[in-house]
Amino acid sequence: MAKIKFYAERCKGCGLCVLVCPHGNIRMSTELNETGHPYAVLVDPARCTHCALCGRMCPDMAIEIDDPKTSKKDKSGKPRE
Amino acid sequence: MDFHRPETLKDAPTHYCPGCGHGIVHRLVAEVIDELGIRQRTIGTAPVGCAVLLYDYFNCDIIECAHGRPPAVATGIKRMLPDRILFTYQGDGDLAAIGTAETIHAANRGENITVIFVNNAIYGMTGGQMAPTTMIGQWSTTTPDGRGQYAEGGPIKVCEMLSALDGVCYLERVSVSSPKDVMNARKAIKKAFENQIAEKGFSLVEVLSMCPTDWKLPPEKAMDFVNEKMKKVFPLGVYKDRSGGRHE
Ligand SMILES: Cc1ncc(C[n+]2csc(CCOP(=O)(O)OP(=O)(O)O)c2C)c(N)n1
Ligand code: SF4
Ligand code: SF4
Repeated sequence: MAKIKFYAERCKGCGLCVLVCPHGNIRMSTELNETGHPYAVLVDPARCTHCALCGRMCPDMAIEIDDPKTSKKDKSGKPRE
Repeated sequence: MDFHRPETLKDAPTHYCPGCGHGIVHRLVAEVIDELGIRQRTIGTAPVGCAVLLYDYFNCDIIECAHGRPPAVATGIKRMLPDRILFTYQGDGDLAAIGTAETIHAANRGENITVIFVNNAIYGMTGGQMAPTTMIGQWSTTTPDGRGQYAEGGPIKVCEMLSALDGVCYLERVSVSSPKDVMNARKAIKKAFENQIAEKGFSLVEVLSMCPTDWKLPPEKAMDFVNEKMKKVFPLGVYKDRSGGRHE
C-alpha cells in the first residue's frame, strides 16, 4: 500500500498543496510548527490517491510518497535495475 | 506514485520564503540530474540573488560567482573540463541586468552549457526593486507608480531576444504556477541538460516563478499573478529548437 508523509517541521505553510489537491484532502493546521508556521495536514488517508500533485507543487520537499508499485528502489532500499 | 527527495537535493531546510518558486525549480533541476545519472560530473554556477546559497542545497559541485557572471564562469569550466555538465542558475536581475553581457555573449558563442533562468519579474533578495523583467504597470519599490514605458522601458523578453542569435540551440519558457506547468518545466529542463550531453550547444530554460514576498501577495495570489498576468507578457513555449530531437 502506498503511503503519503507530510513533514510538519519542513512545512512553511504556503498552502500550495491545499490548492492543488484534486480531492480537497489537505488542510492547514491551527497550531504552529517549530519555525512558527502552520503546516499541511492530510484530512483523510483513505481518500488520498497518491497522485503526488501536492508534492510536485511543494517548494520545500515537505511531502513524500512511498509507493512500492512505482518505486525505483527495492525493499532493502537498493536501486532496482 | 512514488515521490521522494532527489539525491541531488540535500536534506536541508531552505531559506526561501513560503510559496517561493525557487524551491520547486531546485527540485526539478535535481530530479533531472538524478534521472540522467550525471550528479558526480555536474557543476552548477550560482548567482547573486535569493539563490546565492545554492551550494547549501545541491548535492553536487556548486561555484558561487560574482553577480551576473555564472555563464562566464561556466564557459571557463566547460572549456577546460568538457566532460563535466555545467549549469547556471540565475534570477532576472543576475541574468538580464548586471549579467546581460555575459548572457548574450555566452549564448552567441553557443557555449555548450545549460542555463536555468528564474524570472520572477523583480529583485527578490534586495527587497523588491524593479528588474529588467518587471512588467509595465507593475509595482516595485523603485517604480512606486508602476513601471512606465517612457521612464523605464518595457520588460526584456529574454527568450525572444536570444532567439535571434545563431549560436543558440534551445530556448523554452515554462512556469511553475500549476502542477501541469511544473511537469512541463521538468521536461524542458531535462531537454536542456540532454542537449548539453549530446554536445548540441547553448540551452536556456526561462521559468516564470512566484515571489510572494516582494509582490506583497499571499502564495495563492502569487500563483494567480503568474497565471493571469505574467503569462500574457511572457508567453510560454519553445522559442528556438535546433536540437533536432523531439521532446522526450
Ligand atoms: C555587484 C553587485 N551589485 C548589486 C548587488 C545587489 N544585489 C543583490 S541580489 C540583486 C538582484 C537579485 O535579483 P534577481 O537576480 O532577480 O534574483 P532573485 O533574488 O529575484 O531570485 C542585487 C541587485 C550585489 N550583491 N552585487
Ligand atoms: S497525493 Fe494527490 S490526493 Fe493525495 S493529498 Fe496529495 S494531491 Fe491530494
Ligand atoms: S524574496 Fe522572493 S525570490 Fe526571494 S526567497 Fe522570498 S519569495 Fe523567493
